[in-house]
Amino acid sequence: MTTQVIDWWAIAPPLCLVAAAITALLVDAFAPRGSRALPCAISLVGVLAALLASAALSSHSRATFCLPASGIEQPVNCSWVIDDVTLAWWLIILVSTGLIGMLLQPSVHRGELPGGELYFLLLSSATGALCLAAARDLITLLVALETLSLPSFALVGLRRRNRRGAEAALKFFIVSVVATAFTLLGISMVYGATGSVAAGRIATSVATGAAVEPVIAVGMVLTLVGFGFKVAVVPFQVWVPDTYVGAPIGVAAYLSVVSKAAGLAGLVIVLVRFFSPYVDLWSPMVAVAAALTMTLGNLAALRQSHVVRLLAWSSVAQAGYLLVPLAAGGSEADIGAMQAYALMYAIVNVSAFAVVGAVSAWGAVTVDDFRGLVRTRPWLGLALTFALLCLAGLPPGIVGLVAKVAIFRSAVEGELTWLAVVLAINVALGLVYYLRFVAALLTPAPVRAAVAEPPASGQPGGQREPHGAELFVVIVTFIAAAVLSIFPGPLFFVLP
Amino acid sequence: MISASSFGGLEFLVAGPAVGAALLPLLRDSRRVTQAAIGLASAVLAVSIWMWVDVVSADGAYVWQSNASWIAALDVHWRLGVDDLSAPLVVLTALLTWCCLVALLKRAPDCGGTSALVGLILVIEAGSIGTFVALDLVLFFVLFEVVLIPMWFVIAAWGDPHDEPGRRRAASRFLVVTVTGSALMLVAFLLLRSELGTFDLAALTERARVIESDRQILIAVLLMVGFGAKIPMWPLHFWLPDAHSKAPTVGSVLLAGVLLKLGTYGLLRFWYDVVPVGALEVAPYLGALGVVGIVYGALACLAQPDLKRLIAYSSVGHMGFVALAISTMTPQGLAAANFANVAHGVITALLFFVVGAVKDRVGDSGFGVIGRGLYARSPHLAAVLAVAAVASLGLPGLAGFWGEMLTMLAAYSPHPDLPQTTYLVFMVLAGLGVVLTTVYFVVAVRKVCQGVPASDAVTDVEADEWVAWLPLVALTVLLGLAPMVMLWSADVVAALPVTP
Repeated sequence: MTTQVIDWWAIAPPLCLVAAAITALLVDAFAPRGSRALPCAISLVGVLAALLASAALSSHSRATFCLPASGIEQPVNCSWVIDDVTLAWWLIILVSTGLIGMLLQPSVHRGELPGGELYFLLLSSATGALCLAAARDLITLLVALETLSLPSFALVGLRRRNRRGAEAALKFFIVSVVATAFTLLGISMVYGATGSVAAGRIATSVATGAAVEPVIAVGMVLTLVGFGFKVAVVPFQVWVPDTYVGAPIGVAAYLSVVSKAAGLAGLVIVLVRFFSPYVDLWSPMVAVAAALTMTLGNLAALRQSHVVRLLAWSSVAQAGYLLVPLAAGGSEADIGAMQAYALMYAIVNVSAFAVVGAVSAWGAVTVDDFRGLVRTRPWLGLALTFALLCLAGLPPGIVGLVAKVAIFRSAVEGELTWLAVVLAINVALGLVYYLRFVAALLTPAPVRAAVAEPPASGQPGGQREPHGAELFVVIVTFIAAAVLSIFPGPLFFVLP
Repeated sequence: MISASSFGGLEFLVAGPAVGAALLPLLRDSRRVTQAAIGLASAVLAVSIWMWVDVVSADGAYVWQSNASWIAALDVHWRLGVDDLSAPLVVLTALLTWCCLVALLKRAPDCGGTSALVGLILVIEAGSIGTFVALDLVLFFVLFEVVLIPMWFVIAAWGDPHDEPGRRRAASRFLVVTVTGSALMLVAFLLLRSELGTFDLAALTERARVIESDRQILIAVLLMVGFGAKIPMWPLHFWLPDAHSKAPTVGSVLLAGVLLKLGTYGLLRFWYDVVPVGALEVAPYLGALGVVGIVYGALACLAQPDLKRLIAYSSVGHMGFVALAISTMTPQGLAAANFANVAHGVITALLFFVVGAVKDRVGDSGFGVIGRGLYARSPHLAAVLAVAAVASLGLPGLAGFWGEMLTMLAAYSPHPDLPQTTYLVFMVLAGLGVVLTTVYFVVAVRKVCQGVPASDAVTDVEADEWVAWLPLVALTVLLGLAPMVMLWSADVVAALPVTP
């Protein structure tokens, strides 16, 4: 038994988040009242430190927590690997977490959410997301998945005196626990059949087997359930609309961006690092799931007039698009296309949620309530318009268009022309509801009472000015999306 | 290559209007914005004519080529270049934009926001010219999409003031159908890339013949459906009548004169240059759909109680002729399609200008509302309408004639691998379409221009309208009397069955 040498640099980014999480909780507990911005500031520092630490890692790939080799059939296997793919996921996760942290600050400021707990839970969950992207054995994956999930249940139900939030959290919790149980069952089957939980060893033993072993195949499919739940792949999308509506809007943004990105990272790791020899088995499965997810998401979104529900179903549809490169086989170029799309989606979706959060704080709920936003609040309105056009993938949102081109390219080069055609039809379907929303924003008609006047229910807020942090997020994401529309190159930082 | 690529002429044609669209609205005063935009459009028009002269002197080969990397990871470049297929369409786009801006100077739509409208028109110009000169498939796709949202805006915000839900529905239908088509087109482009490993149109043209024919057929079908939504080819035409009739005058002009051409241009470019083998298999279907469009458009026109919708439906018929010409897969067909394209752009733009003027004056474009006897009530307006109508029905001596004539001649002798008898039937049916077209235009002119004058007077054509319309009238006559202006290139002349 030798002591393990731990590469502390390799685990520095999650450690930064953990440290910031604990500090934020303690500071909030002992700091004098009235310093409500402190937990947010601490977590932003933590996120920045994690980003810097990841940047320092980018020169070459690293691995730690390794099992030594024992014989030919048991090569060295590391549970924690940092390569370009991991770092790209980390960038997406950290940037989105930082922006969403800022989005949540106005609610803390108004006393709707407890600051210390909020940022502790947010950063803990993000730590799970980071670990998920670096994990290379099934146990680490599962622990990371749970670290991602458990705080997010609490986040959904964190709003004080809000029954809807509690209900949403409970629903989310139950479905998620069932999904994780499936994953656990799958892991145990894979372990039973291969005798290992490590990526390299499972891949080796799968590759040396002459045929597809039913036990391993079933285990693989069950393992995917927990991650598919995070990504909101059909049929694991049922929790999405109610949870998004019940949760604070910033938390909904977190679920739709960070949680989804982490789930995708998990799917990619399981399928590509563990079961790549079974590509002929899982590729059609993922393709069908992608087609169903985008179609169902778009069809359901067509019928929504509630803005958060609309964004919820749109995020289901986008999850379908994001799965396409994985269905195409998950080669390096495919993963690059997926991450380019995920980065674009993270930026513009955070932007959309930021504007919706700012506007809904004064009582706007349905698409009709947003009528004329471009006239009354030009910057908020234009930013939301641009974000929606990016999601739809139409110029001037060229960044969305280019990301879609990358997705289409994966589908076509992976010999999935039928999926590309389904994708084409879905792009047009999605256009219908994004356009309806954009048309409402641009209507010159007088704005309805909900936006023009304080809500009658006596909630805090009324026609208030957007909080500085919200405006900052809106402006930063808008500028990022606009610059990437002119120079889309940086979007593809991971493509070979 | 004759001209130096460092000169940046095509970059100016694309970026000039785009930058103008971003900066000009800062002038605030909408009149000054429009004036400045007219100045810019004049410069674009002048450069485009210069470019056309260069293309002629290069005998139709690509000129003014340039190349700059855009998205390295996807191998997408700003590859630009222009040849005898795209040059006339670039000039047409520049001319029609100029006419639209001149028309806006004095008579902007009531809804206000003329600066924004001018900006959107310039974006449409940039996107359209860019599509015509793009030699990179992804760049072509992006620029093809650039025009959509501005045109959606133009219809949804400045369209028919009496029917807000209607104009919005028309705008969205236009957008959704076109985007479906262009997404399928993108799939075809990516199939080409996965076969040949490049997005460069010139390289694709050289290597294309190695693609096996199954793949070529698939690509040709995807291209046909994709561009067919834009042309629009029957039965994908259903968005067109509403979009044209709800759009403001400048919107209808650009939609008919420029945007429909993007579809036919794309089909000509990619079917003839890139997947000719696959296209030959699919061509008879395109020809059949084109003929159905010709007859269907004519019958629909006969039943129209509204002059603006009538002209919109007449576009279905005219674009059916272009589709039939393309489907012959011969150099004659190519020349006929290109000529009919430009002729339709000029004539239909003129028709929409005139009908828009009538609609502005009497409030609606229904035959009942316009009333009879326009010759007596405003003679010049009626005369321009009559000239445009007879040009559209294909009277010899005006531009419309040659497009239809050459198309039917091309259908008489299609590519040897195509079913000759089928094309003979197509030709006869197209001839029937010509007869029906004559009938409905004559009936329309009779209803509007002749007869006992209705009591209310109609203001006649005013000076600014003459400025916007006269270039189109002149071009209609010029193309009719001297078709060699467009049919000059040596191989086209050699391929023609008659010497025009």
